[in-house]
Amino acid sequence: MNHIYSGTTKITKSTKVSWSLWLCVLCVLCGSIVILPAHAQQTNEIRVTKVRELLFMLTGAGGNIAALVFPEGITLVDSGRAEMSDKVLAAVRMLSPLPIRYIINTSADPDHAGGNEKLGAAGGQITGGNVAGQVADAAEGAEIIAHENVLERMTAPSVKPPIPTRMTPGTTYHVDHLKLSTFYHGDGIELFAAPAAHTDGDTLVYFRHNDVLATGDVFMTASYPVIDVERGGGINGEIDALNHILDVAFPDFRLEGGTLIVPGHGRLCDSADVAYYRDMVTIVRDRVQDMMKKGMTVEQVKTAKLTRDYDGVYAKNAGWTPDMFVEAVYKSLKKLEGKR
Amino acid sequence: MRNLNRTMIGSLLLLAMAGGVRPVFAQVDFSGEWAPRFYEDQPERVPGPELGDYLGLPINDAARLRADSWEGSMLTLPEWQCRPHGADYIWRGPSPLTIRKEEDPLTREITAFHAEWLRSIDNPVYLDGRPHPSEDALHKWGGFATGKWDGDMLTITVTHLKEGYIRRNGLPRSEQATVTEHWMRHGDFLTVVTIVNDPVYLTEPFIRSTDYELDLHQHVPPYPCEMVTEIERPKGVIPHHLPGTNNDLREFSERHGIPFEATRGGAETAYPDYRKKLKQMPPPATTRPPLPNRNEGQQ
Repeated sequence: MNHIYSGTTKITKSTKVSWSLWLCVLCVLCGSIVILPAHAQQTNEIRVTKVRELLFMLTGAGGNIAALVFPEGITLVDSGRAEMSDKVLAAVRMLSPLPIRYIINTSADPDHAGGNEKLGAAGGQITGGNVAGQVADAAEGAEIIAHENVLERMTAPSVKPPIPTRMTPGTTYHVDHLKLSTFYHGDGIELFAAPAAHTDGDTLVYFRHNDVLATGDVFMTASYPVIDVERGGGINGEIDALNHILDVAFPDFRLEGGTLIVPGHGRLCDSADVAYYRDMVTIVRDRVQDMMKKGMTVEQVKTAKLTRDYDGVYAKNAGWTPDMFVEAVYKSLKKLEGKR
Repeated sequence: MRNLNRTMIGSLLLLAMAGGVRPVFAQVDFSGEWAPRFYEDQPERVPGPELGDYLGLPINDAARLRADSWEGSMLTLPEWQCRPHGADYIWRGPSPLTIRKEEDPLTREITAFHAEWLRSIDNPVYLDGRPHPSEDALHKWGGFATGKWDGDMLTITVTHLKEGYIRRNGLPRSEQATVTEHWMRHGDFLTVVTIVNDPVYLTEPFIRSTDYELDLHQHVPPYPCEMVTEIERPKGVIPHHLPGTNNDLREFSERHGIPFEATRGGAETAYPDYRKKLKQMPPPATTRPPLPNRNEGQQ
């Protein structure tokens, strides 16, 4: 049993459905507001951290998932890995029995968008009028929202086997900024495109009234940023995105709390954590750039171990080593040189 | 029989009264206003440590590179202007300290102490047995602190710290560090021992003791802080030294005539045996005059 102040509970497979959950269902059936169980007994690897009264961070499904519960349903930011969908769904059901209405993808990565199909199928859109009249299954499945490049990446002919349509975003945006209304999404949600950062399709998701920002893999607490140069990512776009997070976020007294940040991976953060990360990424970029100006090759730059003062904190991702990060920074800067 | 019962009842009452005189929970009251006493730590705690002075600190190469890269104007960035010291370093600041206690209204048991300095945030120390939060919880400047009584000494465990520093010259302390504190009160004096364990930047536990004295005339005023534009610089610029380019690192060595190698620190430099090695090292090639006014405000 976890204490409520710890803010984190574990979902167990043999979930004991608490009386408060049944009360919650009852309230919904009666048209009342959602009452969340104060704490839930749970099992598998999914951990639930209370971020705000009705906003939660789900950890352990791949990338972090943010879940906002509102009277008409649930809005998710990301859906985790496909194979974790059942466990994620069980965790979401502990928060609310309401349908998942929206899934906003911060990128096309399988650890962030892999659960789209199953979680989406468990939800339903709010629709009607001529749309529902013309398309019989228009209300089936949650609405998946992402940057247009996420759709492009997912549906590219090179993707084998093809990703099922139900897993791909049905609503996309291609501009810098998109607002989603409070009425339908549970909060005034702002989507900020982060061009050429982790990839070319990254979105920062800001819950305006809850004052919570979900960053996707633009920001992670235990890994260097994965700059996917092949998929349009870039180091300068990454730094711009981190500075954008700091522009949007308001710290509270003495730089603690205020806007809370749900990173792509890792623990709950605030803007000071992002500032530390921004400093580190910028300093490493500057070091690589300096060596490039001196004519060093990528191998020479890697040999210099330019991240060694940060490796104890950020070299914890076996799939993304310091050398891989430095090489990506190098390639990204080379790419920019080529454009000049 | 009746008399016996009366005797027994009387004895029990006396026992209960005796028990009532002394608190059930062995506790020392740390609450009050405490003024810092600097003694030999004055140069480090008041004007602040000199650049490149890593002497006697159990740091590793990673910490050394972080500190060598550190540029003081980093603190002019809006994100860092109002940063308070972390739970481990705040004891070493020059500020006055106030400690308040929180009691359970029913049992009168002390459930928490709250330590706050001039420029800090509230640093609660919970004594009610609550567990530390999960690994996914927010980290704070004060971390998450729980205390246990060890006789008259309060032993505190601090986790969930944000990144901080072990010195104000750029030597980092990571967010993975944990801190153990021992609070000891001797009359009007408070001695606090902090032990920092940092798997990222330290090779050994880093132990410091700090003294405060009760000051009944002290009141810690509010200390508001607003971010301003201290230096206009292009967006995205982070002040730092590239590896091998910090020309200020030899200053400390040259001002004090200490071999440069020794100023680079490491656990070895903290132990008495290091003096023998020190004698075999060449002194710095050049010298500089000591910095003026390093001892102002000494008590």
